[in-house]
Amino acid sequence: MIENSGSLRGSAPQSDIDYLRNQARLLRIEILKMLAEAGSGHTGGSLSAADIVTALYFYKLRHRPDDPLWRERDRFVLSKGHAAPLLYAVLAMAGYFDKSLLKTLRKLGSPLQGHPSSKSLPGVEVSTGSLGQGLSVANGMAMGLRLSKIEARVYCLLGDGELQEGQVWEAAMTAAHYKLDNLCAIIDLNGLQIDGPISQVKNIEPVQSKWQAFGWNTFEINGHDMAQIVDSLDRAETLKGAPTVILARTIKGKGVSIFENKVKYHGVAPTKEELEIALRELGDGVPEKSQDFSGYK
Amino acid sequence: MGQVSEVKTEIKSFSGVEAATRDAYGEVLYKLGLENPDIVVLDADLSSSTKTQKFAKAFPERFFNMGVSEQDMMATAAGLSLTGKIPFASTFAIFATGRAWEQIRQSISYSGLNVKIVATHGGITVGEDGASHQAIEDIALMRVIPGMTVIVPADAYETELVIKEIIKYKGPVYVRLGRSKVKAVMPEDYRFSIGKAYAFSFGKDVNIIACGVMVSEALGAAKILKEKGIDSGVINMSTIKPLDEEILLRAADASLIVTAEEHSVIGGLGGAVSESLSSIKPRPLLRIGIKDTFGTSGSSKELMKYFGLTAEQIAEEIIQSIRDA
Repeated sequence: MIENSGSLRGSAPQSDIDYLRNQARLLRIEILKMLAEAGSGHTGGSLSAADIVTALYFYKLRHRPDDPLWRERDRFVLSKGHAAPLLYAVLAMAGYFDKSLLKTLRKLGSPLQGHPSSKSLPGVEVSTGSLGQGLSVANGMAMGLRLSKIEARVYCLLGDGELQEGQVWEAAMTAAHYKLDNLCAIIDLNGLQIDGPISQVKNIEPVQSKWQAFGWNTFEINGHDMAQIVDSLDRAETLKGAPTVILARTIKGKGVSIFENKVKYHGVAPTKEELEIALRELGDGVPEKSQDFSGYK
Repeated sequence: MGQVSEVKTEIKSFSGVEAATRDAYGEVLYKLGLENPDIVVLDADLSSSTKTQKFAKAFPERFFNMGVSEQDMMATAAGLSLTGKIPFASTFAIFATGRAWEQIRQSISYSGLNVKIVATHGGITVGEDGASHQAIEDIALMRVIPGMTVIVPADAYETELVIKEIIKYKGPVYVRLGRSKVKAVMPEDYRFSIGKAYAFSFGKDVNIIACGVMVSEALGAAKILKEKGIDSGVINMSTIKPLDEEILLRAADASLIVTAEEHSVIGGLGGAVSESLSSIKPRPLLRIGIKDTFGTSGSSKELMKYFGLTAEQIAEEIIQSIRDA
């Protein structure tokens, strides 16, 4: 059972950062293996958010993989639902279901649908995949938890191309208006979308001042620096009276040189040969270092 | 997830009362709010028109005005239901089902969430606001979504019963209400249950299957037809999905089936009945409704006549249809 406490303030000890980094490395390996097996799916955006999602599931979220509907749990909404492999891999690693299920991604009859379906898989809070809707759902959860006087927090991961959806800004207004300080949005700013660089397709910058103007607390971080991720998640929890957004600057396809910053790998799975290169780079099979992570019990 | 709540059903304040269905909704929502702390209400800047205002004033902490953001409203309702609340999301039918269709499909219905979408201002009886505000496609838009239940109450009393009943059901529901006053048609001992139609009578020659305000018009038409020696029955098909095929099969004993709705003849009640009958018991079918055209400004009374939806016009069209057969 993983049950991280939110009581921690300030930066985590170096040993824990090392542990989380290694978890992120293992997560990337699982993602790429399942994508290669499926033969289709979204590689780039799964890898760009891997460090953030690792920090959430193995550090920040108070959750019980053996009791997915635990009333007091923190919620995670993957608004950028195309990063489904990332969600499935982290849920399996956290113990929500057996890792062997990852091989069934996108196959007929599998609970691991091309985009997350909450009806079929424990740990998936809500079905996503159509961009722009997750932050509204997360707002609703935050409102409901507050009404029920449950102290849990809600985290919502959005893509940067997704910010082109108008509903995101409706939801941004809602969260600020209702002062949803139990909500933390994280934007995976990897700079690329299907048709090319976001700056060329339809520019979304300046992102930080937009969110500030909408009444949010903002942190801009390097989305691959585990210490920064952990620190911003901790600090977000201390801010009251307004929602917080973490603007995570990331690299699409991060962790594997042949996928990094390539528009093509938005929605393309690795071939067998590419998988081999990737696994070599990520050190697949390298024995894990000593597991002295406290788990913040 | 939310638990199924027990709701007292003895309140019958709208039995026999001529009122707009939205007025009944506002009253019963308030009463249910007193009984059930899990009920939350969302509106998109139309609470004075949808009548959710009474709930809003009584339970401000359980009311969320989402502003003019229908898409955000529907997905927020989805999130609230995921924490065990029973959200009622209200706005005009065109915005609820048109503007926010995909949010209803993806965030609510695909996840099988317990959200009650109660939309007012359905159909052309919206009146003066004109075509932009007259939803004549909403039944079709909601009916096509897997897992969605679609209900169109005939009068204020049935609305009251419907709202109380859908709270006991766990899953997404669309209820279409109207702006204008409707005559009381449902008997006092009537009890609504999802998927069960109500037959006022069965005719040998014609059976009119109607919903919403058209039930009252259908009853008027049947009376006129009777005087002309045409034996006609009237059925209130208030649940359009799931359709009551049992009653439909019985109604199909008549020589002619007529559907009557304040909605496009494409995809609504007429569409549902023809899809069903063509496979279970093919019968000549006359679909009365808005004939693939947009609405227009005018008083609701004028518009009923303009679109051929009054009792007299229905009777006339049926007589014509029998003559042509």
